[in-house]
Amino acid sequence: MEALPYKRKQSLRRCCQGSPLLLLVARRPWSSSSAASPPPLHTKLLLFLTQRFYDVEMLLSWGSQMKRRGIQRKNAYYSYTQRFHGPNIAAAYYILSLRGGFKYVGQSDWFRADQRGRFSWDFLNHRDAHLEEVDMSNTVINYAGLWNLDGQRSLRTLSLRGCSEVDDWFLARLHMFQDSLEELDISHCPCITTGGLAALRNLKGLKRLDVSSLPWDFEPWVGRHPAGGNVAAVPHHR
Amino acid sequence: MSTWRRLHVKVRAAQGLLTSSSRRPTEQHTWLQGHFTLCRGLSTGGPLRNDFFKDLEAQLAAMRKKAADALPGSGWTPFEINPNLPPERADIVIVGGGVIGWSIAYWLKQKERVRGGLRVLVVERDPTYSQASTVLSAGGIRQQFSLPENILLSLASADFMRNINEHLGVLNEDPVDLQFNQSGYLFLASQEVAHIMEENYSTQRYAGAKVSLLSPTQLKEKFPWINTDGVVLASYGLENEGWFDPWTLLNAFKRKAVSMGVIPCYGEVTAFKYTINVMTTADGEQVDFRRIKSVKVQMPNTLEYQPVECAIVVNAAGAFSGKLTEMLGIGLSSEDTITGIPLPVEPRKRYVYVVHCPDGPGLDTPFLIDYSGIYFRREGLGGNYIAGASPEEAEEPDISNLEVDHQFFEDKIWPNLAHRVPAFEKLKVTSAWAGFYDYNTFDQNGIIGIHPVVNNMYFATGFSGHGLQHSPAVGRGMAELILDGDFKTLDLSAFSFRRILDQEPMLERNIV
Ligand SMILES: Cc1cc2nc3c(=O)[nH]c(=O)nc-3n(C[C@H](O)[C@H](O)[C@H](O)COP(=O)(O)OP(=O)(O)OC[C@H]3O[C@@H](n4cnc5c(N)ncnc54)[C@H](O)[C@@H]3O)c2cc1C
Repeated sequence: MEALPYKRKQSLRRCCQGSPLLLLVARRPWSSSSAASPPPLHTKLLLFLTQRFYDVEMLLSWGSQMKRRGIQRKNAYYSYTQRFHGPNIAAAYYILSLRGGFKYVGQSDWFRADQRGRFSWDFLNHRDAHLEEVDMSNTVINYAGLWNLDGQRSLRTLSLRGCSEVDDWFLARLHMFQDSLEELDISHCPCITTGGLAALRNLKGLKRLDVSSLPWDFEPWVGRHPAGGNVAAVPHHR
Repeated sequence: MSTWRRLHVKVRAAQGLLTSSSRRPTEQHTWLQGHFTLCRGLSTGGPLRNDFFKDLEAQLAAMRKKAADALPGSGWTPFEINPNLPPERADIVIVGGGVIGWSIAYWLKQKERVRGGLRVLVVERDPTYSQASTVLSAGGIRQQFSLPENILLSLASADFMRNINEHLGVLNEDPVDLQFNQSGYLFLASQEVAHIMEENYSTQRYAGAKVSLLSPTQLKEKFPWINTDGVVLASYGLENEGWFDPWTLLNAFKRKAVSMGVIPCYGEVTAFKYTINVMTTADGEQVDFRRIKSVKVQMPNTLEYQPVECAIVVNAAGAFSGKLTEMLGIGLSSEDTITGIPLPVEPRKRYVYVVHCPDGPGLDTPFLIDYSGIYFRREGLGGNYIAGASPEEAEEPDISNLEVDHQFFEDKIWPNLAHRVPAFEKLKVTSAWAGFYDYNTFDQNGIIGIHPVVNNMYFATGFSGHGLQHSPAVGRGMAELILDGDFKTLDLSAFSFRRILDQEPMLERNIV
């Protein structure tokens, strides 16, 4: 019995529990002359579910797989856009598709997608402009999607507030902005742990770090950031 | 087997007693009683006939019970059988339930084409893993190797760990949290070895690893607590480097593999049954080829054992894989013949010391490897660190136990540690442990692939201190080799046993 995987054991147990019930029902006409009644509906349903247990499991895992695929698709590498329009336009297009916003160096207007995800295509005129501020808060940006921002050497501000896919591996990859990034907002990101915090050491110019409402206690480490202890962490809003 | 099963089905249809007999005895009995009471009620004969029927019924009931018990699937047999015995047959037997063994098991299941198409058994002799390298390791992963193969293995494994829940997540169970610390490795080079570091750096960049070189000034800027005396160059990994909890990785592989149908078994492989075919090579040399027929699994704390017939054996016994290979008569005769060449893997004891130092470098500590041979890293956030070093070849400690030599810390580690990080002059050793490296005496790299003269034994062993971090990619490669016949994603053929026959070691060019 040890050999059986837990799941199968469970469903086997379920089978075993189901079978005496079923047998009783099946035997009834044999042992008595009273009218044979079909098994009650809930028994049938239970049995059906037991037999289909793997399928139910499959369905559930398909569900989560599809969700993951959707996120992956949104974070795909915009290689086609890169090739034909250059990395800046690809980055801008990626940000707007994810319903984020950005500002170019030396400009004051923000480009943003609206509530329904629509955006103006004016950014196509800024082939050579670099991004200075990027607001990806509450988007599904993830590690893979970050590749689209590779090469943005002037990025000064990045907001990742409330991003459910931002994790420690994501923080480790932020070293691509190590010379330029000054402000980083990683508040309300549920997947970040202390394990990822150590990676922020690579951001040499970091001046402001917002870590409020992260699931762990950050305070003891605030003053010890390699940037020389001048990183002002925004206090917890509890 | 099939007739037996058909019989089973027939009896099942007739009897309807089924497997429930052994598991729910009470219910079954009450049911039988009920049934016979009813029968008695129907019978109309006198007391004598009643007795006869009663006897008959009792006998029938006894017969029925015996028949049900004898069915396969019922717990009862004429012999007392240990319920933990492995099955009599399996397609693939993996010897060693460390991280390598379970990773291979997972990937085999991941790659099988039909659900349940492969019967994979993992045999582990020690459920507590008291001597397994996996759980006694330092848990580090780095990309800073000199061989492209090792760098690629690390990159692939880091990618696996990044997406670990897509690979090893089990429905309705907690997600896997490796407790990965993204802290990077920092290698320090002296004048003599700086050129090696530069070469390695370009190999690593070329392979796609994110590593940066630092001058002593840059080093001091980044890590002000380091004493840069004697350091000429440093290399620091920016991504995919750090450390994690080995237990979590091992358990995650195991949980997933078992949920996919891999059979775990606690017992020790003590012998093989194999056939020998003598063949003559073109030069007239006689080679005896072996083929394993079955694996003898000795159950713990008893004399009981179970031979498991199998098609393929995977040797993932870590530090003890050399011993396992000897059971096939490999490496026992003279070294001029192929069968005389032993598997060059042996246990080597390595100490890890846990030190407490409240004024230490803190959160910023990377996994630091100094040219003097010492390493250390942070352990948790409470001012604890772990440190260690490899002894000189001539001073290898005795491997009959896992006792720790505290003098080694005083003499070899502490002076170097305190020189590099002055804050460590004041520290306290709070605990220590020792573990066995699965040490490849030939070239300190993994041996992956089939044995040249045992044509159904595959190796995945000899990783000598970097097996934990490479386990995800090695498992995948091994599953490809076994099921597809060749490596598909990463070409690991350079790690094959061939290099040992050809006497061409593939050595890491390290700075320590
Ligand atoms: C102190 C130390 C620090 C390390 N640090 C790192 C590190 O930072 N990073 C890294 O990547 N690696 C590190 N390693 C190396 C790493 O731990 C090993 O390379 C890796 O764990 C090997 O895994 P394994 O599954 O092959 O071996 P193991 O974990 O040893 O598993 C082998 C299993 O096989 C079982 N077994 C053996 N013989 C039999 C038999 N006849 N029958 C049944 N079962 C058997 C054993 O009980 C054992 O559980 C370190 C090792 C040590 C000792």
